Amino acid sequence: MGLAVSDFREVHMEKALLLDAGKCTGCEQCEVACSMINEGVSNPAKSRIKVFNFHDEGRFVPYTCTQCDEAWCMHACPVDAITIALDTGAKVVSDALCVGCKVCTIACPFGTVNYNPSTGKVIKCDLCGGDPACAKACPTGAITWVEAGATGYEKMKSWAKSTDAGARANA
Amino acid sequence: MSWAKRVLRVNLTEGTCKEEPLNMEWADKYLGQRGLATKYLAEEIDPKVDPLSPDNKLIIATGPLTGTAASTGGRWSVITKGALTGAIACSNSGGFFGAELKFAGWDMVIFEGKSPKPVYLLIQDDEAKLMDASQYWGRTVWETEKGLKAEHQDPQIRVASIGQAGEAGVKFAGIVNDLHRAAGRSGVGTVMGSKNLKAVAVRGTKGVAVNDPEAFLKATQEAKAVLAENAVTGEGLPALGTQVLMNVINETGALPTHNHRDVQFDGASNISGEAMLEPRRSDGKPNLTRNGACFGCTIGCGRISTIDPTHYTVKDREQYQIASGGLEYEAAWALGAATGVDDLDALTFANFICNEQGMDPISFGATVGAAMELYEMGVITKEQTGGIDLKFGNAEALTTLAELTGKGEGFGAEIGLGSKLLTEKYGHPDLSMSVKGQEFPAYDSRGIQGMGLTYATSNRGACHLRSYTVASEILGIPEKTDPLSSDGKAGLVIAFQDATGAVDSAGICVFTTFAWSLDNIAPQIDAACEGEWTVDKLLEIGERVWTLERKFNIDAGFTGKDDNLPKRLLKEAAKTGPAEGKVNELGKMLPEYYSLRGWTDDGVPTNETLDRVAL
Repeated sequence: MGLAVSDFREVHMEKALLLDAGKCTGCEQCEVACSMINEGVSNPAKSRIKVFNFHDEGRFVPYTCTQCDEAWCMHACPVDAITIALDTGAKVVSDALCVGCKVCTIACPFGTVNYNPSTGKVIKCDLCGGDPACAKACPTGAITWVEAGATGYEKMKSWAKSTDAGARANA
Repeated sequence: MSWAKRVLRVNLTEGTCKEEPLNMEWADKYLGQRGLATKYLAEEIDPKVDPLSPDNKLIIATGPLTGTAASTGGRWSVITKGALTGAIACSNSGGFFGAELKFAGWDMVIFEGKSPKPVYLLIQDDEAKLMDASQYWGRTVWETEKGLKAEHQDPQIRVASIGQAGEAGVKFAGIVNDLHRAAGRSGVGTVMGSKNLKAVAVRGTKGVAVNDPEAFLKATQEAKAVLAENAVTGEGLPALGTQVLMNVINETGALPTHNHRDVQFDGASNISGEAMLEPRRSDGKPNLTRNGACFGCTIGCGRISTIDPTHYTVKDREQYQIASGGLEYEAAWALGAATGVDDLDALTFANFICNEQGMDPISFGATVGAAMELYEMGVITKEQTGGIDLKFGNAEALTTLAELTGKGEGFGAEIGLGSKLLTEKYGHPDLSMSVKGQEFPAYDSRGIQGMGLTYATSNRGACHLRSYTVASEILGIPEKTDPLSSDGKAGLVIAFQDATGAVDSAGICVFTTFAWSLDNIAPQIDAACEGEWTVDKLLEIGERVWTLERKFNIDAGFTGKDDNLPKRLLKEAAKTGPAEGKVNELGKMLPEYYSLRGWTDDGVPTNETLDRVAL
């Protein structure tokens, strides 16, 4: 086996995709950008990120791989085709090694690794090598590229505001 | 590239689906979508054909930017001879259906003939086949779309279909895709219904390639930044949708009210975009649930709304206690101001029904408004309406008629005639607020002079989207002109008509033009498509498309006499507001328009003009 997760941690300041469904309008610019970068054409059917439309509830929810540290897909792969990209921490599929067995698609609890029938390989988000196209394409800030250790800060901040009873009482 | 370069020709009489190459010579001259499909239609049908006969054809067309990364690149159009108008019809829709058709590898689908029994077209990438639709006939758009996804076990199938309105021959039936986006106007759904074609279901996994991906990404990213920084496309439309206009146009004194008897509506603020944000008493939620964008759109003007669950329209009907397509300005105006109804929930419900049954809320609301005037005059009686008290402002009359019209039942069958035939039938043709049989949209041309010429000359009948001079006359885009003056409006209308002809042929949304000029659009098309695409070339195409549509109408039997407005707008002055005392000065603008267009005094393009635009 190559590098362990712990080796990676020592060398890198990690970033993560932050998905804020409340801001999503369902335009699919993320899917277009993802497929343009990865497939060379605009083709949401081959996008690594998907926007789900819960129509009757009026909700749009973008979702993609969250790059688990101890990734089920990586551990399940029988041919070690899924490895950690050193610069980003992304779990990356090697097309040269992937045999299309789909065990990773079963192992992943979140459904974010999928088989591509036109290549016989699996596809998943690789964080575009550290400059995710989906985040750049999102017009509403529903997908952003932030410090991995701070993905909850905005939400925390909005709750923090409502807990500040003392300041209000003193004012 | 960017065109798929393939046309699917479906003969409904024979039950055949055949592939043919896209005529690239025509693509170079007409770009795509509206322009290119109009060329195909004009070449293939006799303009005098009965719109509802098998000899009419119906074309579903995308543009070269449809399905690409260009902002708003999800537009598609339906081109046919309109059932409501008998004129060239081109109804434009957004949503996701058009992009999906392109992902499957098709630029357009041409439907010809008439199926002996109800069918739907199923397209899965290269495969296309006609399928039995007997289980969907008699069903709504919503039931059909859900049913097709279930039947094929594919939630990602995109569907465009007609509801019961299209089956029942309602003259203003539309084609609805993705549950609440619509090719709504001119009766294109009526034509589809006449062909026994219930739906088109498509799934595409091939994608859309562009000619120069790097240049294209650069051009589209720059153009998206322009949209984001613009006050209309970056702030107004995302915040309030097109409903940002309700209070503005009312204050301008150009909000047609009570079948254009008035130009301002007391209840306007109750049905405005601002009102859609107000939490209601029953559940504390506002009407607006969410902004919903069409494919690829970075503006996101679409409204997703819910109706107050305690409202009379839905309290016992759980199926409508959902979020779905909410009020856009045009629907809010037609269902509201035109009928004098200021109950936001009633309007939202009527709008749901228009989407569910596949009919144009503009023509529906405006026709109800005309019927209300006839009712108040005593021309239509309560006996004839089946007991409906059809007075202005009656929300229950509006919502009841929405359901009846959608099904073609009761007095709804009369509303389904459209205002022209209905007012003729009851002996008052002057009370149809329409041009070429198509009802006006939401701008009174006494208070916005350029819109009078826009309506009178629009090739598909009264329409705001053919030359939206409101942008200049009210919003000051690209520069402010005086809405109360007709001076210079002929040239303004022509400039808007030609630019819009190009935009509508490209696969993008005309709303981008609040921020974009052709200078922003040409580089995107140029990077996406083979060949050289300049602003000048696009303007040439715009004029060519306009002239081709005009020629089609003339060959269909229309003359300069049809470039007219109802007497009310030419003789009855606006009663209140900034336009008080004004009528529309069409008589002054029209001759100048013909002259600038290079048409004869009777509105016929001269041979020199036809040569100049290469027709």
